[in-house]
Parts: sequence; C-alpha cells; structure tokens
Amino acid sequence: MSLSDYESVIGLEVHCQLKTRTKAFCACPVVFGAEANSSVCPVCLGYPGVLPVINREMVSLALRVALAAGCEIAPESVFARKNYFYPDLPKGYQISQYDRPLATGGGLTVTTPEGEKFIRLTRIHLEEDAGKSMHEFPWEDVSASSSLVDLNRAGTPLIEIVSEPDLRSGDEAYEYLVKLRRLVRWVDASDGNMEEGSLRCDANVSIRRKGETTLGTKVEIKNLNSIAHVRRAIEHEAARQAESLDKGRPVVQETRLWQPDSQTTRPMRSKEEAMDYRYFPDPDLGTLVVSRDWIDEVRRSLPELPEARGASLASRHGLSPQDAALLTLSRPFADAFERAVSFHPANPKGIANWLLSEILARMSDADRQAGKIPVPAENLASLVSRIDDGTISGKIAKELLALMIDTGKTPDDLITEKGLRQVTDEGLLGDTVRKVVEANPQQVAAYRGGKAAAFGWFVGQVMKATGGKANPAVVNQLLRQALDAPQEG
Amino acid sequence: MPEATLLLDGSGLELARRVSQGEISAVEVAKAALARAEEARRRHGSFLFLDPDVTLRQASTVDQRLSAGEKLPLAGVPLAVKDNINVAGLPSTAGSRILEGFTSVEDATCVARLVSAGAVVVGKANCDEFGMGSSNENSAWGPVKNPWDESRVPGGSSGGSAAAVAAFSVPLAIGTDTGGSVRQPAALCGLVGWKPTYGRVSRYGLIAFASSLDQAGALARSVTEAAVAFSVMAGADPRDSTSLPTPAPDVLGSLGDGIAGLRVGLLAEAESAEGGLDPDVKVSLERTAEALRQAGASVRTVSLPRVNLAIDVYYLTATAEASSNLARFDGVRYGRRVEGEDLGDLYRRSRSSGFGPEVKRRILLGTFALSAGYHDAYYGRAQKVRALLKRDFDRAFGEVDAILCPTSPEPAFEFGSKTEDPLAMYLADVFTVSPSLAGIPAISVPSGLSSRGLPIGMQFIGPADSEPVLFRLARAVEEWSGFPAFKAAGAIR
Repeated sequence: MSLSDYESVIGLEVHCQLKTRTKAFCACPVVFGAEANSSVCPVCLGYPGVLPVINREMVSLALRVALAAGCEIAPESVFARKNYFYPDLPKGYQISQYDRPLATGGGLTVTTPEGEKFIRLTRIHLEEDAGKSMHEFPWEDVSASSSLVDLNRAGTPLIEIVSEPDLRSGDEAYEYLVKLRRLVRWVDASDGNMEEGSLRCDANVSIRRKGETTLGTKVEIKNLNSIAHVRRAIEHEAARQAESLDKGRPVVQETRLWQPDSQTTRPMRSKEEAMDYRYFPDPDLGTLVVSRDWIDEVRRSLPELPEARGASLASRHGLSPQDAALLTLSRPFADAFERAVSFHPANPKGIANWLLSEILARMSDADRQAGKIPVPAENLASLVSRIDDGTISGKIAKELLALMIDTGKTPDDLITEKGLRQVTDEGLLGDTVRKVVEANPQQVAAYRGGKAAAFGWFVGQVMKATGGKANPAVVNQLLRQALDAPQEG
Repeated sequence: MPEATLLLDGSGLELARRVSQGEISAVEVAKAALARAEEARRRHGSFLFLDPDVTLRQASTVDQRLSAGEKLPLAGVPLAVKDNINVAGLPSTAGSRILEGFTSVEDATCVARLVSAGAVVVGKANCDEFGMGSSNENSAWGPVKNPWDESRVPGGSSGGSAAAVAAFSVPLAIGTDTGGSVRQPAALCGLVGWKPTYGRVSRYGLIAFASSLDQAGALARSVTEAAVAFSVMAGADPRDSTSLPTPAPDVLGSLGDGIAGLRVGLLAEAESAEGGLDPDVKVSLERTAEALRQAGASVRTVSLPRVNLAIDVYYLTATAEASSNLARFDGVRYGRRVEGEDLGDLYRRSRSSGFGPEVKRRILLGTFALSAGYHDAYYGRAQKVRALLKRDFDRAFGEVDAILCPTSPEPAFEFGSKTEDPLAMYLADVFTVSPSLAGIPAISVPSGLSSRGLPIGMQFIGPADSEPVLFRLARAVEEWSGFPAFKAAGAIR
C-alpha cells in the first residue's frame, strides 16, 4: 500500500504563554531575555514555606482565548499538581489543571482545499511554565559538562489548548496553527511567537486506512519549534508509520523528538517509560471560581473576532470576501486598513489593493504576524488619494511608497520635495509628444502601417522623456491625436 | 534573681503589661529568656537555634515602639517558634538534615503578626522532621525530653515548642498542627494548645507537610495567654489562598462568660478507640465531663461513626500531599546537596542522606497512594471518607456545641516505646486527626495529672469558627483543675 491509502489523524497540544505583567502565582515580572535568575522570588524559586496565589490577569487572558474560541467556561475549575523531578522545576511539581479544566469545547475553522473545516477543541487549561535548563557538553572534555538553570521563566503563565484529533494532514495542522496564532494575538492574550517559545506545539499523530473509523496507535512528537516544522514533522511521521505498517510492523505508542537538522523524528520515550505524574488537586489553591459577571466582563471587552470583522469589512467597504479575509491577517492590519479608509473614504478598494499587494510585499513574516505596516495609515490614505486625484501616477506611487518607508515622510512632502507631481498640462505634454513623434518617423510609419503595438512604445518614450511623471491618460489622448491625425497631403 | 528572670516564671500577659508600663525593658526580658532557652536547649533539647543578635534586635525594636507610644498586646513576650516556621534571618530546618544550613529569608505571616504585636522570637524549637511524628523522636537533631519526666517524650511534632513553654523558658510558643502536632504535645506537657479552623491562621511561611491539614497554633500555660495568641495570629492573608477572608471570631470578649447552657458531646467512640484508652485518661475524661456539668453545661454522648477511619484517611491524605510537598528538597537550590554521577544520582544521594526514616516512609506511602492504578483506591477513596467524616461532625454539631474527648489516649510515653512500630505511633493521633481532616478547630487543655504525675489533656472540638466557645470550655476546665498552679519537675527555676 502507499501513503495515499492511509489517512493521518492529528491532534495538537499547544502551549501558549499569556501576556501578563507578572507570573502566574507570584508578583515577579514576566521578562524575556533578561539576565538569568533576575526575575525570581521565594515563591517561584520554590523556597520552603511559600504559597502560590493565582494571578487574576492570567485567568482573564485565558478567558479571552476560550471565549473567542467558543469554549464552555467551567464556573469552577481546579488546579492540580503534576509531579516530576527536574532542576528547572523548583517545587518538584508543576501547577496545572487536570480533570477539571477552565474551558472545554469550542473550536476553530480552517480553510482546506476541500473547503472550510471546523476543528474541535477538547479543552483549554491553565498552568505555569518551568524554567530553562542550559546544558554544556564539551566533547573535548566530557567530564567538564555542566548544566545551568535560569528560573526567570519558572511560573510564567501558560494555557494549554488541546484539539480533538480532527486534523487530517500537515497542511491542515499548519492552517490550524496559523488560525490559532492569529486568534491568541487578536484577543491580546499572547505574543504567539513560536520562535521565541511563546507558542509551543506537540503533535499526536496516528494513521489508519482510509475509510476506517477506529483510531490507530498514536505517537506524540515534541520539539516542534515553528509552524513549518509542525507540518513537515507530521508529514514525515505519517510516512514513517505507513512504511512501518507496510512492512508488517505495528506502530509503537511512544514519544518522538523532531530533529530539524535531519528533518526526521527519533524515539524519546516509550509507553512503558511514560511518566506517572501522580496528579492530585493542589491543596494550596482553592477551587478557581469564574463568575458569570467575570465572563460577561471579559466577553464585553473582546474585540470583534476575525471572521466577523472580515464579513463586516466586506459589507461596509464593498470588498470581496477574499480581500476582506486577507485584511484580517491580524487585528492591527485590519485596523490600519480601516484607519486609512477613514482618511480617504472614497476608495476603500484602492486602499485594500495597496495593502494586500505593495505593502504586504514589503513586510517581513514577523511584521505580517504582528500586522505592523511600514507606513502610517494616514500616509497610505494620502498616497491612494493622490493617485485618485491625478497628482501622481500609479507607477510613481510605487516609488513614492519606497521613499515613504525609507524617510518616514508624508507623500505630499515627498511629492513636493522630489518633484513627483504628475504632469497633466496638455501644452507641456503636447510639446514632448510632438518631439517624440517627429524624432521617430520609422515608428510612426510602422504604427500607421498597422502595427498597433507601436503605440505602447510611443507612450513609453513620452513617459521616459518626462521622468515618469506624465499623466498616462493625457499622454494617450495626445498621442492618439498626433498619430491618428488625418494625413496631410 | 533578676526581675526579668522572675517575670519568666509568670504569665506572658503580666510580663507584657510590665514591659508596656516601662517597668522593665524588652531587651532585659529577652536576655533572661535567651539564658533560660540556652538552659532548656542543654537540658531538654527543646531549642535548635538561638541567635541573640536577632532576638535582641527584635527586643530593642519593641522598646523603641513602646517609647513611641505604640500599644503592643505582647510587648516583649518571649516566643519560641517551631523550626518548620520561617523567621527571617534564622535557620529553618524543619528538624531535617536536608535543610541543614538553610536560613529563612522572610517571616511567616503568623510570626510577623506576633512580632508586630510585640513578641520577641527567642529561638527555633525542635520538632519531628517536617512535623512527621508524635514524640519528637524523629528530629534529625535529637529528641526532646519532657520537662515533667525526662525519660519520656514531650509529644510531637511540636515537642520542642511544648517543652520550651513547660520548662518556663518562654511563656509562649507556636507550632504547626497537621494531625495533632500542637494539641498532643500540649497535652503531654501540661499546656493549652489550639489548632484553628482551617484557613483562620495563614500558612504562609509554614514549611508544608500536608497542605490541606497544616495549621499554625500556639502553646501556652494558660487559656488566656493562648487566646491572646489566637487573637493576634488569626486573620486573612492575601499570600495564602486558603486563608479565610471573613473576620476572625473574637475569643477574648467572651472568655469570661462561663459555659452555662453550652451543650457538650462526650465522644462515644473515645473508649473504644483503636489502641485502647489509658485508665487514668479515662477517669480524667469522666471527671472533666462532671466538672463541665457542675459549671452549667449539659453533657451528653455523641457518636462520630467514622471517627475510627480517621487514622487511615489521615495517613493516606497527609502522606500523599507530603510526597509532593517534599519534592522541592532536591539538593539543587538550597539545603543539603550531595554531588553524584549524574542528576538522578545527585537527587538520590541528597534525598537519601537528607531525609530520616519516617519521612522516607511517608514519602513512599504517599507516592504509592497517588500512583497510577492505586490513586482511586487510596488517595481517591480517602477523600471520599474525609467528606463523610465531615458530615459526621456536621450531624453531631446539630446536637451539641462542642465535642469532648481526650487529646491523647495516654499521657507521655517513654522514649523508644513506640519507635519500632510506626502504627502504634500513628494511633497516638487517634483523637486529634479527625478535626484536622474536617478543617474544624480544636483545643487541648490540661485536666489533671495521672497517677504517675504526668499531665493529661482534654480536647474540645467545635464547628468552624467556634473558637470562642472552645476557649470558654477550656477556661472552665482550667478553673476546675487549677492546672496552671502545677509545675513540671524539670522546669527551669
């Protein structure tokens, strides 16, 4: 059998760092890239006698994501201790949620080649992060190997977002993560940056023959550090499992580690080696009660969600659903569009086109995710309005955009400074047209002899002669007059 | 004898009054208490760490605050703090080798409240390792002798706290009570000792043994001193999520109200307690009940059908929580560290040499009770029975205001008499673990001496927030027994 005879069944567990000012259970600021062990206190160091106190902001941010994903919020949820030993886990247990999570149900819609597909969520629960271990293992002197621990990250608030096994390919997983990342950013709950670790993903992958309804044996893949790696790791793992089954070897339940360098997975631990975390309710933290009022307050503070925003952009500004959806790439991006439209309400379509082509092309991947456009929205509006009122040509506008990005100046200042104003004066342009026509008798003859394409060549010559500033419509009109004029004598 | 030393022979409240009135400075009192604590440490092993610098600095602060016009209910009162409670700048080992060399960086909330009320920490008191024990024989730093009979244990786990007060080195000590660790040593050393409603006194700064059971309490030679300590220690703490947000009940206002009309339930299961009841204790229980009747209370028998399961539930719950709470002692960040071949070896060596046998036993028990495949049968079932036990109490408190039973089934026992049999030791807690499991308050008060001249303690258990009633009942027993007039043979005079 070939890979195409199998179907992949994928569920993702995504850890998402919440953008709180302080840690989950103490008052230490959440820092990134600070000096090691500089944002720690007796509580997050796990000193004897300390106690955790829940950060309400953590719960509010988690509620934002859960409500945005349509989850059911548990009025009462319970923190549990996940017990294991590791030097970057100061208490010897992680405070998490186990059998009574904050939120259940809900889901995200992803776009697949077969159309829209709803990916269900199992749950969203709260937990704290561990610290970071750094291992030094000098090959030239293995005895000098050492490990260092930075506990700045210990106690940082996370949510774990667990999907149902509804994904069927690496592409779908990719789409799901893109949508999930947009969502957590859209509601200001997380930076959603996978490379910096604020979004982390483990994938559960199994395969089964197409048409079968029972699940195959699943393999968990860890160490997926980018959305692209998630896609590749899933594809690789599905192929590995198919090959194994084809050789008559059943898939073994285990945890495997993705190795980006070789683009393969290797075994990490088997089912037998699976940890017994000995979960039990954390007696230091009472039941987490989330009142109806709290939920309502969070719900009221949520921005219009991406799908609704897209639909509203399309209907209010006469955009195609596709363009509207693209404008909801991120909330700042959609905001920039609407802000630009507020300065130049006459042409939302034009502004959308500029954003989705020229502007987007000049944005890095990080800028796209953050929706950070390279010029202020009012300058973009001004640029489009100057095209619309004939001050500049579309061609000049592209150059102008580059200047705007480089200098930060407004289009009007740059048009004046660089003399980019479009020439529409028929007398001025008439002279240039006459000169071009007179200087090129062969081309004139060719055109008049029926070679219509030569017209474009004349336009180009005029534009060149005017430094691109000529109004193309006027040039066209004057050229037609000059070339199509009745022959004299 | 200097006046300060004489003051230590009396009530802490009288001492506070004299210091407040400027008759004597807190520093002078502290010096006298330090001398007695040093003597107590040598004679009974009740203190582990004394640091005159810290103590005298605190005392001098009290003198300054008094001269600035502050009113301090515990002005200059020397205080012993159990070694599993943090005091900034003093070592805290919780009686364990694994915390050897560890110094606390901040005060526990209950310590801070006492210090703020004028108390002066004289030193850290010996205890069973991590509060695990009923005889103080499980301390890594050696046993504590009972000042009433130095061949006998002071009880545990707050044995050092109890012995320190019974020996008159300090008038007040605090301890932690997870399943009786304040009340039982109070009983065995002839003191008043209370454990509050769960959440009434902050746990912040208590080195956790079993978080759902641990509470701080105080030990004193009289009910009034113990009640003042309650009024100072009780109260909400934003740093403890399990602390009660409601105002603490006032125990001082009603202390002199007597007990006429109170309904007391004599625990029916007391006599049939597993492990038996010492005849002297049985007699004292009956006499106490009669004394309460004489003082105007009604006494009837009440039954807690599941009280005999309490030991089982307690030792599953407490050990499960302990197995997790003690995971942080791994040799990585503080305390004892024994280097090894690799990380696992470092953990094994540090923990194997750092924990004593009883602690290891409980970590293993608790780990087992929580492990996959056994979790539901042990930890899970224990929680269900715990809920049923609470219901037994609720039902009983529909009929009575408080339940009376002995604190300990027997007076102080001899060293080594139970160390070979952990189960026999666990039965010493048969009467004290139930209120801990139910999260309700209880107080132990001396009811007399046994035929051997050893103190016997009676316990009152009440519903949540019934501390005012419990202190009144204890006061009635105290008035009847006249116990504060008795003095341990080993008291430092």
